[in-house]
Amino acid sequence: MTLADARARAPHLAVAQADAEADERLMLRLAAFCEQFTPLVALDPPCGLMLDATGCAHLFGGDAAMRTYVLRTMARLSFSGRAAVAGTPDAARALARFGETAVAPPGEEEVFARPLSITALEAPRETSVALTRAGLTTLGDLADRSSAALTARFGDETMRRLTRILGREDARITPLRALPECMVERRFAEPFLDLSAIENVLRPLIAEATGILEKRGQGGRAFEARFFRADGAVRALCFETGAPSRHVEALLRLFRLKADSLADPLDPGYGFDVIRFCVLRAETLAQSQIGFERQDAQDGDFADLVDRLAARFGRERVLRFAAHETHDPMRAAAYVDAAASPSSRPSSWGKPEPGEPPLRPLFLFDPPQPIETMAETPDGPPMHFKWRRVRHLIARAEGPERIAPEWWRNAAGARRRTRDYYRLEDREGRRFWVFREGLYESETADPRWFLHGLFA
Amino acid sequence: MTQPLASLRKSLACAHPAAACETIALGAPALDRRLGGGILRAALHEAYAATAADASAATGFALALARRAMASAEKPLLWARQEALIAESGAPYPPGLADIGLNPAAVAFIRVRDAKEALQAGAEAGRYAAVGATLIELFGEARAYDLTASRRLALAAAAAGAPIFIARVSASPAPSAAASRWLVRAAPSRALAANAPGSSVFAIFLLRQRGGAAGHAWRVEWNRDRGAFEDRTFDAPSLSRPVVSLPVGGAPDEVAPQTAGRKFG
Repeated sequence: MTLADARARAPHLAVAQADAEADERLMLRLAAFCEQFTPLVALDPPCGLMLDATGCAHLFGGDAAMRTYVLRTMARLSFSGRAAVAGTPDAARALARFGETAVAPPGEEEVFARPLSITALEAPRETSVALTRAGLTTLGDLADRSSAALTARFGDETMRRLTRILGREDARITPLRALPECMVERRFAEPFLDLSAIENVLRPLIAEATGILEKRGQGGRAFEARFFRADGAVRALCFETGAPSRHVEALLRLFRLKADSLADPLDPGYGFDVIRFCVLRAETLAQSQIGFERQDAQDGDFADLVDRLAARFGRERVLRFAAHETHDPMRAAAYVDAAASPSSRPSSWGKPEPGEPPLRPLFLFDPPQPIETMAETPDGPPMHFKWRRVRHLIARAEGPERIAPEWWRNAAGARRRTRDYYRLEDREGRRFWVFREGLYESETADPRWFLHGLFA
Repeated sequence: MTQPLASLRKSLACAHPAAACETIALGAPALDRRLGGGILRAALHEAYAATAADASAATGFALALARRAMASAEKPLLWARQEALIAESGAPYPPGLADIGLNPAAVAFIRVRDAKEALQAGAEAGRYAAVGATLIELFGEARAYDLTASRRLALAAAAAGAPIFIARVSASPAPSAAASRWLVRAAPSRALAANAPGSSVFAIFLLRQRGGAAGHAWRVEWNRDRGAFEDRTFDAPSLSRPVVSLPVGGAPDEVAPQTAGRKFG
């Protein structure tokens, strides 16, 4: 039907451009909302949702009651819908779209699916036309024929669909989100409005979740608190810990920090229907004896601090130093995420020689800062250099410490030059780490100088 | 009359248990005598870089003090550095930390955007007894670091029983709740063989010490092997130009000419 035809029939028709992206966004939002019924929710394009109610229906008083509850909740958000419960996803889809059945008990899909028209197969147009011409109008008609002949005539896809709708073959749905390690939730008879009391709800929830983890000998690494608002909005707050944790108060503190740092604060609106706490990732955590191993308790304490700082400032800002086995000073040390690797390896940092002054600077510039120098001999230390428009007269110098690049790392062509490092001290007593890039005459005729670091 | 006084004394004694008076000795006897045993452990201390070019000296001095504070216990150091300082004087280089006697594996480093965040991180760390010492580096005249903020940090340090050090660059000393305040400047080291630079030497000037004498200048060398400072005030400077020559307890005009005339809270 053209738009003009439609307008002629219904003059007050509201017209809008189809917006597939907005539709998908809406479906994703609805899918998130439907996670309050079951954690396994999948999109069923173009405009359906598939909920795996296995093991969930009894919580709502059975399949039929759950279906009514879901429809009623959706109606409250002013969505009208059709729903059917069946043993396989395809059967449920066919019954919801093309049938009148509300609940098909497991194993009896065929009984309910047989009267459905062959349009329920959602096969290509030619297939439906061919089937109708052959006088096959219902799925029952098809089911009675030999499947080998039908497959030969109409293809594999159509017949697989038929067997699935009839419940002869099962297919699992792929949920939008992976199943959490453990999940606890609180439902409210009346929407929960009091944000100040939210911790009173979360504390027992977290305690319950950590109790489950404790029985498994695990601790959580990633957590999520989900808030399902009565008006359909869903808000999720995720936080992570550096080490597996089961500590209720520490987790609650992390939640508080996360909630405080939100740019868009948690808003109950018309109230929360469901508050859920999930452990997204868990790791083995042995039972610990409290108060006996003092050292361990303190380490745990520090990990807790790192978690808090990471929650507050972002994980990329809270760092630890990691040592690399290399002679290249640029690569000798790396900064790593402290929350991700709380237990650093036993010190692989070289012990300085007794009696030696510090040979490496306290601070390093990356990239090295270019300086202008004046040296007595082309391959000697500088007499003075200019850095940031200040001239430093050198009083003491030591070097060179010749550091060749790691040639096995450099791709051909991108060859770095050998560096001659000097430790310098100017007349004021400031100590610098400078290098000359390139060997005089053999690598370059005009070597450049750089300031690489500052000593204390 | 005596009874309220006695009860007042008692409550004061409770508020300041013995631990609150525990000090960190610097390791140089003459210095420690002057300081009354050292600097307070559970307190806030400030190290000001005399000029912007002395930034690494101020931080180095604070790190050396932190190393002294953590000598007894293997506790980690928390180090918060303002990002502006990384552009100004580079990023911490762990092998260099090892070279002044700190274990890089026992350091947690936080890159913070501004002074406010640096202070938040410091206050957070102050609440944990597991932290051996905290170092906060601030760049410029940080408005966030006012009397209230310093008081908060001082309380956090007292509660945790571990020192908090503030290293400041491009800032002039201002009143704060710090237990001690130092002006730090790099000083020529004792030359090794072939005129090589030796261990770090700092020219330090005590601007303020709570309940103690202030206004002293020293020249100290950090001895990494001993993990202690050594007094080099009276060592003959090996340069032709005398840099500091002071009578005992004399006015250190040469060390801090621009600040000696001011009064600090």
